[in-house]
Amino acid sequence: MKHLLPGLKLFVLMSLFTGLLYPALITIVAQIFFKEKADGQMTLIAQKFENEKYFWGRPSSVAYNPLPSGGSNLGPTSAELKKQFEDRKTKLRKSHPEKTYDCPQDLLFASGSGLDPDISPASAMYQIERVSRARTGISVDQLSELIQQQTQNRQWGVFGEPRVNVLQLNLALDSIEVQK
Amino acid sequence: MKLSDLSQIFVYVFALVLLAPWLAEFISQLFFGQRTLLHPVFERLEKWLYRVCKIDPKEEMNWKDYCIALLIFNFLGFAFVFVLQITQNFLPLNPQNLPRVSWHSALNTAISFMTNTNWQGYAGESTMSYFTQALGLTVQNFLSAASGVAVFFALTRGLIRKSQGSLGNFWVDLTRTTVYLLLPLSILFSIVLVGQGVVQNFSPYVSVKTLEGATQVLPMGPAASQIAIKQLGTNGGGFFNANSAHPFENPTPLSNFLQMLAILLLPAALVLAYGKMVGARSQGWTLFAVMFLVWFLSLVFSMAAEFQTNPNFNLGSLMEGKETRFGVTNSLIWSTATTVASNGSVNAMHASLSPSAGGLAIFNIMLGEVIFGGVGAGMYGMLLYVFLTVFLAGLMVGRSPEYLGKKIEAPEIKMAILGILGPCAVILVGAAISVDLPLATASLANKGPHGFSEILYAFTSAAGNNGSAFAGLNANTPYFNLMLGLVMLVGRFVVIIPSLAIAGHLVSKKISPPSTGTFASDTPLFGILLIAVIVIVGALTFLRALSLGPLVEHFLMLQKQVF
Repeated sequence: MKHLLPGLKLFVLMSLFTGLLYPALITIVAQIFFKEKADGQMTLIAQKFENEKYFWGRPSSVAYNPLPSGGSNLGPTSAELKKQFEDRKTKLRKSHPEKTYDCPQDLLFASGSGLDPDISPASAMYQIERVSRARTGISVDQLSELIQQQTQNRQWGVFGEPRVNVLQLNLALDSIEVQK
Repeated sequence: MKLSDLSQIFVYVFALVLLAPWLAEFISQLFFGQRTLLHPVFERLEKWLYRVCKIDPKEEMNWKDYCIALLIFNFLGFAFVFVLQITQNFLPLNPQNLPRVSWHSALNTAISFMTNTNWQGYAGESTMSYFTQALGLTVQNFLSAASGVAVFFALTRGLIRKSQGSLGNFWVDLTRTTVYLLLPLSILFSIVLVGQGVVQNFSPYVSVKTLEGATQVLPMGPAASQIAIKQLGTNGGGFFNANSAHPFENPTPLSNFLQMLAILLLPAALVLAYGKMVGARSQGWTLFAVMFLVWFLSLVFSMAAEFQTNPNFNLGSLMEGKETRFGVTNSLIWSTATTVASNGSVNAMHASLSPSAGGLAIFNIMLGEVIFGGVGAGMYGMLLYVFLTVFLAGLMVGRSPEYLGKKIEAPEIKMAILGILGPCAVILVGAAISVDLPLATASLANKGPHGFSEILYAFTSAAGNNGSAFAGLNANTPYFNLMLGLVMLVGRFVVIIPSLAIAGHLVSKKISPPSTGTFASDTPLFGILLIAVIVIVGALTFLRALSLGPLVEHFLMLQKQVF
């Protein structure tokens, strides 16, 4: 038991350094240099959009409630997942009568976090006729241009996939309306 | 598959192979007690810690002392994390007034973080106060990883020291690893993560009004500082429930790339450092090649499986459980890296992967977490397989087996077998008991073979100290919290204690010079033999269990069966 006392002291000090001083140091640095990011950017978290006037985001298995986040965890042979998938497909086809094909699959499957803020550019383009219909005076061409502006390409040209942040897109859409 | 998929894999491999040797050099300097480029900054802290704790850094420990020191230190960590959780409602830094954690969940979580598993039956953002996350969980993220490195150092000393009795000093190995390696890397990494948008504050949760007028509460907290070490230390326990799929935990493709790199960085560097430590880099590179090959094949097969069409949906590479910003390829690089390396963090839900890609995630863990494996843990686990391979090769040609000049004899092989088969046994026994208990099967989310896979994955993950899951399973019940807690303890210490015992045996042996009859352990032939031993042990032990889960699910999926 000669190891107990040095062990206990070392444990206390290590806890102090790695559990208090280290997080505190990072918080101070973060708050000085990246305050906005360290405090959590609202646009990173998906919001629920069901109004015809807005672009819609990915389905969420936590109903866009971040407490707590999570996915459906339904497997590749889940009858429930198949039903959700068919229901979403039917609903989206019905809301977009101009389209003769099904929407891209990111709108048909729920994200892992339930809070995925992005959709693929193709999923945004799928919705332009509907949004244009719901907003008098904004043409399909304007919307497709807006989506191009809002598309984030692969980071550094390599990482990830091209995407459109749904909240930012909708905020931009609202600001066009205001300008008129 | 597009060019962009291939180029992301290429950049990942390139970065790993570029950075690991550089870090390996640094680790071997720590091992030999040489001055590193960080000594000017952190040496005073190291010396101060020894002085205050009355530790004599020159004091040597035999294997039993080393083991007892480790067990005491880990038990203190366990007890502290347990107490923090059940008293967090009285403690500071709890702006959401989260209640105390249930005793069985607290017990499970304390074991989980102490054993470097980071299995999580709880959801971080709605369970743990900032105080518990930082002072309890973050600390164990460091110390469990450092404990793993310490055991690896001790075992290596057993191999390179001639006719001695001691393996070094546990306190010194632990302190050096934490102070010079884990802490500086984490500081650097967490600041980069905040720059990408990972949250880092101690504020109350923020209520926002959505564009459509609803109210949404956004969780906050000191996330970046915990996530950095969670990735670097092969811990994997998310600050938030969705782990690295959460936009506040992993906001951009770049943060994702760096977190993926951090999964394999230290385990890979430790393998290469091993070559330097035993005086022949080729020994390290041979093991690296073995690990790399197995991981890469696993990635190739996972990709092939995931891009295959699932007839139930008439689509391939389903986006269920995946994030748009990462896409399919990054989800699979992650799912294979995190399972070979006993990290256990996820950026996509493994439960929603195709049957074969999900099955490979389980199989990767079943290989014993020696393909890169945990920080330190992967290497001492791999060395058990190396001893076994050397022994089998010796049997084949009828010579007494030797490794690096040390005779491998009955006591070493007995211990190695215990360390290899112990975790296997608890996976199969635990899963077999659970599928027969209504109490356990009530926790399942999926029906059919996928439900069986949920239970098999849970026990595999716990025994391999991995921490990932088919997370449909509601594991936050007294039954699973206790069972999996027990399995995690077995998975950790039934490997650590035999490894240290082997080190104790080996260190007293003399080193015989290589002769013409020596079976070289740094050749492609040895590498192939080692892969064969690892895969055959894994396959023979688990093929039947896997055939009831992922394998049968794959064929039923092709028949358009749903459950």
